[in-house]
Amino acid sequence: MLATATTFTIEGVRGREILVEVDVRRGLPAFTVVGLPDATVREARERVRAALLNSALDFPMQRVTANLAPAYLRKHGATFDLALAVALLAASGQVPPEALPGLAVCGELSLGGAIRPVRGALAMAFAAAAAGCARIVVPPDNAGEAALAGIDALPVPDLTSLVDVLHGRLAPEPARPPAFAPREGAGLPDLADVRGQEDARRALEIAAAGGHSLLMVGPPGAGKTMLARRLPGILPPPSLEEAVEITNVHSVAGLVNGGLVSERPFRAPHHSISAPGLVGGGAHPRPGEVSLAHGGVLFLDELAEFSRVALEALRQPLEDGRSVVTRGQRTIEFPARAMLAAACNPCPCGRGAERCVCGPMAVARYRRRLSGPLLDRIDLTCELGPVAPGALAGPGAGECSAAVRERVVSARERQADRLRGSGALANAGIAAGMLRGAARPAPDAERRLAEGHALLGLSARGHARVLRVARTIADLEGADRIEATHVDEALGYRHAPAIGEAA
Amino acid sequence: MSPSGACEACLRRGWLVGHLAPRLAALLGESPTPGKRRGRLLALPDAELIEATCCAERRAEAHSLLETFDPARAREALLTVEVEAVCRHALTYPSGLSDLDDAPAVLFVAGGAGRLKALTGAPAVTVVGTRRPSPYGLEVARVLGRGLSAAGVTVVSGLALGIDASAHRGALEGGGAVVAVLARGPDAAYPRSHQRLYERVRTEGCVVSEFPPGVPVHRWAFPARNRIMAALGSVTVVVEADDPSGSLITCRFAEDLGRTVAAVPGRITTGAARGTNRLLRDGARVVLGPEDLLEELFGPGAAPVAPVPDPPVLESPLAEVLAAIEGSAGVSAIAARTGLAPGAVRAALGRLEVMGLVRRDGLGFERTAAPAYAARS
Repeated sequence: MLATATTFTIEGVRGREILVEVDVRRGLPAFTVVGLPDATVREARERVRAALLNSALDFPMQRVTANLAPAYLRKHGATFDLALAVALLAASGQVPPEALPGLAVCGELSLGGAIRPVRGALAMAFAAAAAGCARIVVPPDNAGEAALAGIDALPVPDLTSLVDVLHGRLAPEPARPPAFAPREGAGLPDLADVRGQEDARRALEIAAAGGHSLLMVGPPGAGKTMLARRLPGILPPPSLEEAVEITNVHSVAGLVNGGLVSERPFRAPHHSISAPGLVGGGAHPRPGEVSLAHGGVLFLDELAEFSRVALEALRQPLEDGRSVVTRGQRTIEFPARAMLAAACNPCPCGRGAERCVCGPMAVARYRRRLSGPLLDRIDLTCELGPVAPGALAGPGAGECSAAVRERVVSARERQADRLRGSGALANAGIAAGMLRGAARPAPDAERRLAEGHALLGLSARGHARVLRVARTIADLEGADRIEATHVDEALGYRHAPAIGEAA
Repeated sequence: MSPSGACEACLRRGWLVGHLAPRLAALLGESPTPGKRRGRLLALPDAELIEATCCAERRAEAHSLLETFDPARAREALLTVEVEAVCRHALTYPSGLSDLDDAPAVLFVAGGAGRLKALTGAPAVTVVGTRRPSPYGLEVARVLGRGLSAAGVTVVSGLALGIDASAHRGALEGGGAVVAVLARGPDAAYPRSHQRLYERVRTEGCVVSEFPPGVPVHRWAFPARNRIMAALGSVTVVVEADDPSGSLITCRFAEDLGRTVAAVPGRITTGAARGTNRLLRDGARVVLGPEDLLEELFGPGAAPVAPVPDPPVLESPLAEVLAAIEGSAGVSAIAARTGLAPGAVRAALGRLEVMGLVRRDGLGFERTAAPAYAARS
């Protein structure tokens, strides 16, 4: 007899439908899996056999052939266990075959018959809904996230219960999606902890308000990492739609179990990370750090220490908001709309300015490493001096994150009104062609920009960057047009080469 | 006089010095002091020079070089790398070099012997300094180079990292009256990273050396080069130098030649200014701007000064922010001093930078040297 069960595999961050066909007929007892299974999938045979027998079900002493369709796609992982077991039970007449159409299953089996959680349950549930399934059987641990896809997600703990469900003897309550309660920065580190560094706080606020990339240059201990960690707390809380996107990526990477991620992520990979680790890749492509930071902040500490290859690879995802990985004949896309924050020392020794002990060649080399690939993607540069001793001793005078977030949110709202329909979410994303219309500089401001262009040798790209930042500063102030002082301030944050660098 | 500006004997001598350069290195050790001035080896005639530097075997080799030297082929070699030779018997030979008792017999010039004559015929100032300057030193060297060359004074330096390069850059900005003296053949840049600067100097000024093209650097060649730099300028000015340093060696050459030694004062706590401050204590001329050097060259009031621009009038809060910058100041520090919001300080600094009144310096902002000089009358 023949039976077919529907399950899913993960491609990038999307589920892809896989039909598991099982044929049981007379012959020498054997269990074969075809359809390009790799070793991990072939091992499923042993798990299925043991799980069936340990659940007081029959494993047919006949010739069993399983096919995973489409057959050209390589199959990897343990998520096919449950579908294999279900199709086998139906093909051997232990459950009614008519229960299978319209039902998707996913889950890994233990030898005892328990259903174990899988990665990417949310993506699978989305794919099930798209494929027209009304219900999906999921491991109990994944039930909450799967319910977010707007499909009946049935939490089933083990194979015995699943047989009861298929016979109609048991009707589990579909899981309820977890409540969406963005916590308004609660639990995140607060800006009030930061003493002094008024200038950097201002830069942080502008970066958050416009989604601009930010580079902090300062000696060790100046508070660069501390400030960067406070970025998620001053960004507007994610919308439900964003939260679901973030949850999906994290679920595929195996970072969530069941819940909904309602905070903006903050990812700070170590500088020894490889290019695939940063932008996604591997034999079975997995999301990289920039995708895990989707909707949040990607923080690169010690920017100059990252490999050039890794930084190069980061350019395209930052530009497009998505990361594309090509493997053989397949092209896989990961979402990567992250805000970049970076930090570095002023020179190799880190002391900077007058106390620096680095040779001129060493400093030049260090700056060269920085200047190439990524620096022309940085909108704001801000220098942090060592913290004045007085600032540390006094009471924490800093403004708290909630107050800053309020200003950021209202600046974002102004941008959203202006940018509706343009595809950009914030000022940092305004396309160069639309910039002049969207930015609305006053005549004064235009003149200042032209002066900056002539006297500072701004490039066309640098010019656009200054205009975007100026637009955000104006939005923070609630100004309709960009005024001269906004341009001046934006020019103050530009990244300037050290003198003597240009011939 | 030969068409390429060097007689046969001098050209041969130049090639001999190039050939013996590695021997001289072994003989002179690492840092010949001006007192024992390379043992005046370079003043010796050919045969004695060979005698003094070579073992028997090497001697034969050197002598055979002299005997088989083919001036036509040498000139051809010079032609292919577009380098000219000027010997001490030529009219285009810089007259300042004649004051050296071990003046190079021949000077190899990239950029044109005619131009070298014009540049060294004009008043010249040698600008030297550390290879590890502070941003302040770089700024000053640039302002000096610019001011001098704008007034028609030739700026002589060594194309080295730091002060030298900055002085060259300033001179190129000011009009291009610039001579670089190298410690290797004049056909390529040293250090290599200054290739672009080298090309600009070569195009707009001159690159000279006592070594023929292709001879690499040797340590002893740097102090030897310094004697040529000291002799070319009628004033030698030091912008930041540690003690001891190559710049101070140049100064001692300059003193020996009866040239004026001048120095730019620096912070007494900075290593990079130890040498210059000591020079000042010992009686060197104090230099606070290109005007002081022009005065030294032309006498008080006689300098062909470029018109001084009026100091710009600053509205509030630019003036306050500028006044609050002492040395290198971060935005937070300026904000604390002026009581302005950090955003307003950024805006003022952005504006001041466009106006050329401040510039970035690693972790903060500094005033540029320009307005201070502009404000002087």
